[in-house]
Amino acid sequence: MVEKTEYKVIGTRPIRHDGADKVTGRAIYTDDFQLPGMLHGKIVRSPFPHARIKSIDTSAAEQYPGVFAVVTAADFPNLTDKIANLGEGAVNLVHLASNVLAHKKALYKGHAVAAVAANSSHVAEAAAALIKVEYEQLPSVTSIAEAMRDDAPLLHENLVTDSPLGENSDKPSNVATHLHFEKGDVAQGFAEADLIVEREFQTATVHQGYIEPHVSVALWNEDQRVKIWTATQGSFTCRQQTAELLQIPVSQVTVTPCEIGGGFGGKIAVYLEPVAAMLSRKSGRPVKLIMERDAIFEASGPTPGSSMRVKIGARQDGRLVAAEAWLAYDAGAFPGGVIGPGCMCVFSCYDLEHAVVDGYDVLNNKPKTQAYRAPGATQAAFACESVVDEIAETLKMDPIELRLLNAAKEGTRRVDGPVYPRIGQVETLQAAQASEHYNAPLDGQNRGRGIASGFWFNCGLKSSAAANVNDDGTVTLIEGSTDIGGTRASLAMQLAETLGITAEEVHPQVADTDSIGYTDVTGGSRVTFATGLATYEVGLDIQNQMCQRASVLWDCNPEDVQVSNGTYSCNGHSLSFKELAARLPETGDPVVGRASVSPDCSTNGFCTNIVDVEVDPETGKVTILRFTVVQDVGRAIHPSYVEGQMQGGAVQGIGWALNEEYFYDGSDCMKNASFLDYRMPTLFDVPMIDTIIVEVPNPDHPYGVRGVGEPPIVAPPAAVANAIRAAAGVRMTQLPMSPPVLWNAMQNQSRSVSD
Amino acid sequence: MANKRLVTTTINGEVFEFLCRPQQSLLEILRDELRLTGAKEGCNNGNCGACTVLLNGAPVNSCLVLAVEVDGAELQTVEGIACSGELHPLQQCFLEGAALQCGICTPGFLVAAKALLDENPAATEQEIRFTLAGNLCRCTGYDKIVRAIQAAGAQMQTATP
Repeated sequence: MVEKTEYKVIGTRPIRHDGADKVTGRAIYTDDFQLPGMLHGKIVRSPFPHARIKSIDTSAAEQYPGVFAVVTAADFPNLTDKIANLGEGAVNLVHLASNVLAHKKALYKGHAVAAVAANSSHVAEAAAALIKVEYEQLPSVTSIAEAMRDDAPLLHENLVTDSPLGENSDKPSNVATHLHFEKGDVAQGFAEADLIVEREFQTATVHQGYIEPHVSVALWNEDQRVKIWTATQGSFTCRQQTAELLQIPVSQVTVTPCEIGGGFGGKIAVYLEPVAAMLSRKSGRPVKLIMERDAIFEASGPTPGSSMRVKIGARQDGRLVAAEAWLAYDAGAFPGGVIGPGCMCVFSCYDLEHAVVDGYDVLNNKPKTQAYRAPGATQAAFACESVVDEIAETLKMDPIELRLLNAAKEGTRRVDGPVYPRIGQVETLQAAQASEHYNAPLDGQNRGRGIASGFWFNCGLKSSAAANVNDDGTVTLIEGSTDIGGTRASLAMQLAETLGITAEEVHPQVADTDSIGYTDVTGGSRVTFATGLATYEVGLDIQNQMCQRASVLWDCNPEDVQVSNGTYSCNGHSLSFKELAARLPETGDPVVGRASVSPDCSTNGFCTNIVDVEVDPETGKVTILRFTVVQDVGRAIHPSYVEGQMQGGAVQGIGWALNEEYFYDGSDCMKNASFLDYRMPTLFDVPMIDTIIVEVPNPDHPYGVRGVGEPPIVAPPAAVANAIRAAAGVRMTQLPMSPPVLWNAMQNQSRSVSD
Repeated sequence: MANKRLVTTTINGEVFEFLCRPQQSLLEILRDELRLTGAKEGCNNGNCGACTVLLNGAPVNSCLVLAVEVDGAELQTVEGIACSGELHPLQQCFLEGAALQCGICTPGFLVAAKALLDENPAATEQEIRFTLAGNLCRCTGYDKIVRAIQAAGAQMQTATP
């Protein structure tokens, strides 16, 4: 580990390398990209939540002037069941194909059924309206509880519960998976408890809410190579999914990741790319497809709603002795929701001797759910952290003190098995406890303060990087991680630190899939950690080559060349990196560094929130008065963007807590598929978000990076719920805690008090 | 489809003529015909503000304006904020303050903030939050955006006493 005090670049706040392009409107996002002769596509979607597709008549659309191609699922190769590993998550290709274009059944409102490509978007829209789909409507189900019933409408008639870690079943049902984790003896643990709190919780389905729509351009060239420009979090996983669905080798597909306007986990699965490619193949022209905002809500991948029960036992002294969780999450239309990480995260902040967790991946007539920033952890933390808060309240203990007493630390074994290496939950809680916010008085009526903690693994996976040394002493960095929030800067800074040059002297480029080695998705909070590790190793590779070149100049052994702060020296000779770079042409071929890594580890990010709220007793509206995020990030490479991740995650969590939900009526159709009605926080809904960066270096990274993106969304709903309890006296067990829900809870409470 | 109309308008000080159909939005013409792709489409129904441009000095969602309506108007887009190769204080402050992450909402915020600061460079946090509430950002939590706008306002006040 390099000592922090030695850093020249890490911890500074340079201007991001793609900054000028992004504030002048010049940065090219996918929708800004055009090709000569490009057609515009339109997708036809099911108006019903569950229906058998009896026939599709595309003839009128095909004959419409200006239309060049129409495709349905029948145009795609038949696939057999195969699980494709996408790095962060896996997918059954038959399900993926059926999601991209429905095969025999539409499984949710908005499910894509057919697509048309025409010479303008208006023509495509008019032609799409001429595609006649004959549906046979089927009974539908969107609630988790109803979907789990024996007599529920079945989404997949032959699907039985598949449970490598739980109970299997031979009878078809909507329960795709049952997970079971157990540690110690919970019965014994609960027998030792002086206090047991058990509560049930419900949370609504929510969406990532990225502002840029899904958009893709595809060209199926005459040489049979497929070129794709798209908004994706992972160009290589996009390439893999697209190639598999088209049944062509990955080498035949090139994916160029354009600038991306947000993803948060929602832009990993493909929706448009294979369809645009097939439209291009049929038309012989490049095709652009854009998903409209209502379709994004109805037919991309929101993150699961949940139905949960958590029971925790504690001794009088505050020690938690046993815990039990039952978690059921929406899978949506196809198996493979995020119940797994939900189960692994539910008790991950605590050192528990006895715990048991059961999880269920439940199919229902919603779009196939996907990752959303620490997928599955936020729901689980809402349940666990609410119960922990109630225990602290009942025992009259300080909520941070109780968490410190039970905090996970190095050596703690999680209920799902792994033993933590050095982690920073204790330090994070201590920083929260010592903060000005936590020690500030909170005066006034209807106000309360809440605390909650959250955890996310942060993953490693595979990354590649390469770099070219230029004669002028600068270095061009080539990497494959889509830059969603400033990772060009955080990677360039790590390379600059390693080489002893400035961040500005590194020029980072995000390359297409033909121009850099395999790199997993921008997700799992992994880019600054894992691709950062690759850039560090690229730096070492370059440094070794530079030593060799210096030895040529100075006629000495390469091993005798000393490197310090980017200065190379030996036997009284000394050259800076820049001076040595200028002399490379006289020492041999160009210096190119390369590295690939696959760190097989979690970096374990912990986060604690302090929130002050005011509840309006007349309306049930909650105002966030003050919010502090305390997070162990290992090492903050670019503190401004670290703070930005903490603030952004917190505000998404506040939206999840207070307003955001997929609102379904009796028809099982989402009724609020717009930004107006799906109410994400605006500027006017939130205050400034304070941040406290805790740095407990990750032992598995040379600069100590743990990753930062995901943990900040985990704790806010629980923290806000705990603050509402303090402010209004009601213990909320349902998300969102929107004004009508909270108002009703307050009315019920005052009624029960007056009874 | 109805016949195309000829529209003449001034964009960032330059006179443009274009043909458009009556149903085409200003956003569509700016992006697809004039290739001014700085204004972004986030929702196409006026809810997100990513397509904000100034129409005769006032911020509008260009997805909700018909292109035929801008005949004779003065428009300003994000492409016109930087001047003679120099970033506007707002752009500089957004970069220095890390007020963008993915950057898709940034053009809309810059345009809307410029309209606000041109009128009131001393805008308070509350005024900024109220006035720009029609511009959604999903990445930043808004904190650094507000601070960057305030910093830019302070610079603009110093520059024009």
